[in-house]
Amino acid sequence: MTAAAAEPHREPIVSVRDLQVRFQTSDRRATVKAVDGVNFDVRRGETFGIIGESGSGKTTIGRALVFLLNPSAGAILHDGIDPLALSRRAFQNHRRDYQIIFQDPNAALNPRMTILASVLEPLELARVGNSAERERQAREALERVGLPQEFGERYPHQLSGGQKQRVVIARALTLKPKLIVCDEVVAALDMSIRGDVLNLFADLQRDLGLTYVFITHDLAVVSHISERVAVMYLGQFVELGPTEEVAERPLHPYTIALLSAEPRPLPSSMRQDSRIVLQGEVPSPIDPPSGCRFRTRCPHAQPLCTDRVPEWRELKPDHWVACHFADRPNFSPNAQPETTP
Amino acid sequence: MGAGPPAQGGTEGARDGARPLLSVRGLGIRFKTAQGIWQATRRIDFDIAPGERVGIVGESGCGKTITGLSILRLLPGNFAGLDGKILFDGTDFASCSARQMRAIRGKRIAMIFQEPMSALDPVFTVGHQIAETLRVHTDVSYEEARAKTLEMLRRVGIASPERRIDDYPHQLSGGMRQRVMIAASLICGPQLLIADEPTTALDVTVQAQILELLRDISETSKTALMLITHDLGVVAETCTRMITMYAGEVIEDATVDEALVRPLHPYTSGLLRSLPHLSPRHGRLPSIPGRVPSIAEMPAGCRFRARCTHATKGCEAEQKLLDAGGGRRVRCWRFAELNLPGALHPPSAPAAAKVATQ
Repeated sequence: MTAAAAEPHREPIVSVRDLQVRFQTSDRRATVKAVDGVNFDVRRGETFGIIGESGSGKTTIGRALVFLLNPSAGAILHDGIDPLALSRRAFQNHRRDYQIIFQDPNAALNPRMTILASVLEPLELARVGNSAERERQAREALERVGLPQEFGERYPHQLSGGQKQRVVIARALTLKPKLIVCDEVVAALDMSIRGDVLNLFADLQRDLGLTYVFITHDLAVVSHISERVAVMYLGQFVELGPTEEVAERPLHPYTIALLSAEPRPLPSSMRQDSRIVLQGEVPSPIDPPSGCRFRTRCPHAQPLCTDRVPEWRELKPDHWVACHFADRPNFSPNAQPETTP
Repeated sequence: MGAGPPAQGGTEGARDGARPLLSVRGLGIRFKTAQGIWQATRRIDFDIAPGERVGIVGESGCGKTITGLSILRLLPGNFAGLDGKILFDGTDFASCSARQMRAIRGKRIAMIFQEPMSALDPVFTVGHQIAETLRVHTDVSYEEARAKTLEMLRRVGIASPERRIDDYPHQLSGGMRQRVMIAASLICGPQLLIADEPTTALDVTVQAQILELLRDISETSKTALMLITHDLGVVAETCTRMITMYAGEVIEDATVDEALVRPLHPYTSGLLRSLPHLSPRHGRLPSIPGRVPSIAEMPAGCRFRARCTHATKGCEAEQKLLDAGGGRRVRCWRFAELNLPGALHPPSAPAAAKVATQ
């Protein structure tokens, strides 16, 4: 699909090694392991999707990728360098290249600032050029995201949700980043608007050579936009591979269940005859299950799953999984022992 | 997904024969605002048969939530007027007294919402709150109410209900709270359950559990379900009929299968085509240009006209909800000549076929 996919061995734009992020609970008596030992690379020019349910740690990874949170252990390298080793000034310059966009554009825009002022702000903070030059760049960014000139003088409340999210995208573009972490960026938008914004992300990637890390709970969105996708469960990756492979030949029982649970807008004759409905809910990340973390909800769990943490292994080319039994034939979605009739 | 018998049977029977359970005719709601009186919904017509599962779909602001609330006459303070009839089993709610409505709410019609935590009182146990509905509407003893509550908690899939009945809402997970809400809504055996985005706040694996529960309960206890949602996938998996709303009006009413395969309104078709599920991976998503007109500046005639690629001379006339045959209705005078793509439009066919063979 992209240059990155064609030559997978180029230097990755982001390398994550044994990443751990821990938080203290508010009473300081326990530690939440929000991210607990994650390894992956993001390739230049690709869209790397991360899917997971609430509490899986996907947002924490996103924040750590742009150093809004510092790793508790492990390392995140940008273009092969560790930003935390840079001087304060160099770090501030460096982080312009790595931007993040969140779900709710209302929370990201100051209601008392005009759209143009909001988009200008990062340019002012970065002391780019003179004021005429900054305004030219800000207006260019607004135009790039498809907003007419006169929107610069408006205030956020005069814009629709989709338009506000475009402003947030424009603002992230002003500093010409290499990578943008997109955390649930279309979740708050209405269905008919979502497609427009996803198309905009695709256009910007093509025109500006951007790399995206696309974090979402929405399988349809992630499989539409990403070249590769990682599936997260309780602070760890359980599967990582090319989107088509993960979506059509998933290896991990959690991925299989997640795909099966997704409600599909298809007529009854075309829907699956059986679905795997997982029992229970995600356990607490304060005290995750021993061995495989998914074992408490896994329809295939064995004694081994309690005793040993499954190894993160490349079962098929470029397709990684953490499951003791992922290579057993009965794991295909066609042969589920426990399904509802 | 084939869990349970396919839907068509019940729907057709209901339409031709038996009297509908709920019959909404010409329903419109007006609100007072600083800018004057606003008409939030108008000319809402639909029926729900006993035991039928109907989805009300549309985007934010289309009036689907207010339609659900107005059936129970749960209207906000700036409510300025209600037109039309809400006939439920022969009684018109539009002209009922507040006292009559109180006797109906919770007993014959129940409602659940998106966020169970805001519907549950944090200072009472969940058992107390479920039994409350029962004590208000019937004169059961304390012991009987508790026994029925336990049975209901078991029915909605709460493990070891004896332990959970005395828990407070904060001790339960999001999925369990929604189960508690469903238990409270069903304890009096209502004929209709109105569920407003009941799974939107839940994770996809928990959503699958709750949708299965709603479907199962509706089938076994013959409770009709009115499911309000923005998610066409949720409707497809749960309901047999789908009513699409746009800008305060019903624009299409058809069985789910008909609406997905061959939508008759350009808006329904546009919505289906804009879903990433149904589009080829990495391709451009077709989108609907423009935005929903503001409630203060509703255009005359077809309200979708400005965004519709099929708009032509004649669309500025008032659009009636037309009979499209076979029990289908659509608010578009051009429906017969437009051959609109649905969920199985050629580009998406391979993906759909894959789903079918899984």
